[in-house]
Amino acid sequence: MSYYLGLAQLIGIHTLLGLSAYVLMLTGQLSLGQAGFFAIGAYSAGILTVIFELPILPALLAAAVIAAFFAFIVGFPALRVKGLMLVVATIAFGEFVRLFFFNLSWRVPRGDIEVGPDSTNGFREIRYFVANGWSPWEITTFVWTFVILVMIALWWMDRSRAGAVLRAVGEDELATQSVGVNLTAVKVTAMTAGGFIAGIGGALYAHTATYVDHLTFTVLLATFAVSYPILGGLSSVFGTLVAVIFIQGVLVEGLRFLGDWRNIVFGLLIIIAMNLKPDGLFDARTTRILRRAIGLGGREKSDA
Amino acid sequence: MLELRGLSKHFGGVKAVDELDITVNEGEIFGLIGPNGSGKSTTINLICGVYQETAGTVRFHEELMNGKPPHQRLRAGIARTFQNIRLFPNLTVWQNLWVAQNSPQDIATQGFLSRWFGATRRTRKEIATLLELADLEHKSDELASNLAFGEQRRLEFARAAAARPKLLLLDEPAAGMNRQEIQDLSRRIRRMRDSGVTILLVEHVMELVMGVAEQIAVLNFGQKIASGTPGDVQRNKAVQEAYLGTSDSDAPSLDTGA
Repeated sequence: MSYYLGLAQLIGIHTLLGLSAYVLMLTGQLSLGQAGFFAIGAYSAGILTVIFELPILPALLAAAVIAAFFAFIVGFPALRVKGLMLVVATIAFGEFVRLFFFNLSWRVPRGDIEVGPDSTNGFREIRYFVANGWSPWEITTFVWTFVILVMIALWWMDRSRAGAVLRAVGEDELATQSVGVNLTAVKVTAMTAGGFIAGIGGALYAHTATYVDHLTFTVLLATFAVSYPILGGLSSVFGTLVAVIFIQGVLVEGLRFLGDWRNIVFGLLIIIAMNLKPDGLFDARTTRILRRAIGLGGREKSDA
Repeated sequence: MLELRGLSKHFGGVKAVDELDITVNEGEIFGLIGPNGSGKSTTINLICGVYQETAGTVRFHEELMNGKPPHQRLRAGIARTFQNIRLFPNLTVWQNLWVAQNSPQDIATQGFLSRWFGATRRTRKEIATLLELADLEHKSDELASNLAFGEQRRLEFARAAAARPKLLLLDEPAAGMNRQEIQDLSRRIRRMRDSGVTILLVEHVMELVMGVAEQIAVLNFGQKIASGTPGDVQRNKAVQEAYLGTSDSDAPSLDTGA
């Protein structure tokens, strides 16, 4: 049972990671720096509960704010470049963060041992849940509370004018500017929101794993972050969730019996999926069909 | 209300717009014409801030616009349409107009939350009015990309009007239109002007320009070669040469056929 709860936690955390990229992708920006914000969230929250001995909730919120702050700072120079150049710039940022934690050593004595980030040896003592006797069920509920809160917030935002403006920026930046939208403000806000969400994900990750090191936050993790919304499509936040379940639950875990061959199958299935559904599993058309099937807002106007 | 003085835009050695002086008066329909590549679209892009000028000034209501980004110029009252329609194709017609609710009144009267996350009754009413004026009420929930060409033009026109501009820049609005659509367009342009909006019309289609414009400036190779009323411009020798070449024997006139 604890295996499945662990998987549920992982799926929840990766959903947050994917949603942090989703917000940015609505504005047409592809960032491979989300692992960097995730890392900032993970280390900050870990340092706050371990070294400063804060409870989990304030530590998590503070970590999210710190990650959002860095996203805000990075947003201004990064969003001056577009497309491939932005991808390269954000990879550079992600690696910068990773190498910072690779070097960071901040050990404090706690009883007869030392705790805190220990550069290449990683940060091994993030035991808040264990120390406070949380059961796996409680941890899973805690993780999914945040996943659900973030999904509701984004789903609601998506249907508001803010969502329409984000999508407008993604479709045509020049036209959006020409109708009076401050492009820089919108993009930096999206980046900041993405950093906040990735920060929550990182904080949860550090505490469920109890151990992080710099190798957790490589470009591979950033690639996962963008592949969820790419595979799930940008019509709704649920696409990202389904993509995470598909990739983490079915491909990564479900194909484990194939040993190292599963990576090939994994790559192959992604290619097939992208070819069959270039706009993601949940493109506008599929979403509309599904909505009509469950009788939810499938109102279609005819060309009368 | 709009004054361009010595306005120039050079792309490397190409002088797309060169030392241009133009004055557009309030309440006017001003036509800007010229052969392909004469700098008309560049002029529009300079006025609304998409390009940075190489030299010269853009003043709007006496206020210097140089260096201001497009969204600030829009809020000052300068709206535009594009030569090749630029809608938000995967948003609905209604959402296209919703995104464009950025008039100074909207910003001043709405709180942050209602502006970004709600749709006030007034906003809904305004969008309904815009849809009605554009004859697109029944397409409100349609994706913009599913509209017919003429409907897309009308939507873009409505989207520009959503900002309640004082000056509207129309970049070849009649491109690809048939005669009936052009007549419909001239009606819309006049109605817009009658509601108090000054119009700067860049156009190839003589039937439209000569029909609606009160003042016209003619560009060639980035320079103004003539200006005046439609009648003046049609009789101007330099204009006829720019359009039709220098051969003066039985050259067809710039007659609109109207």
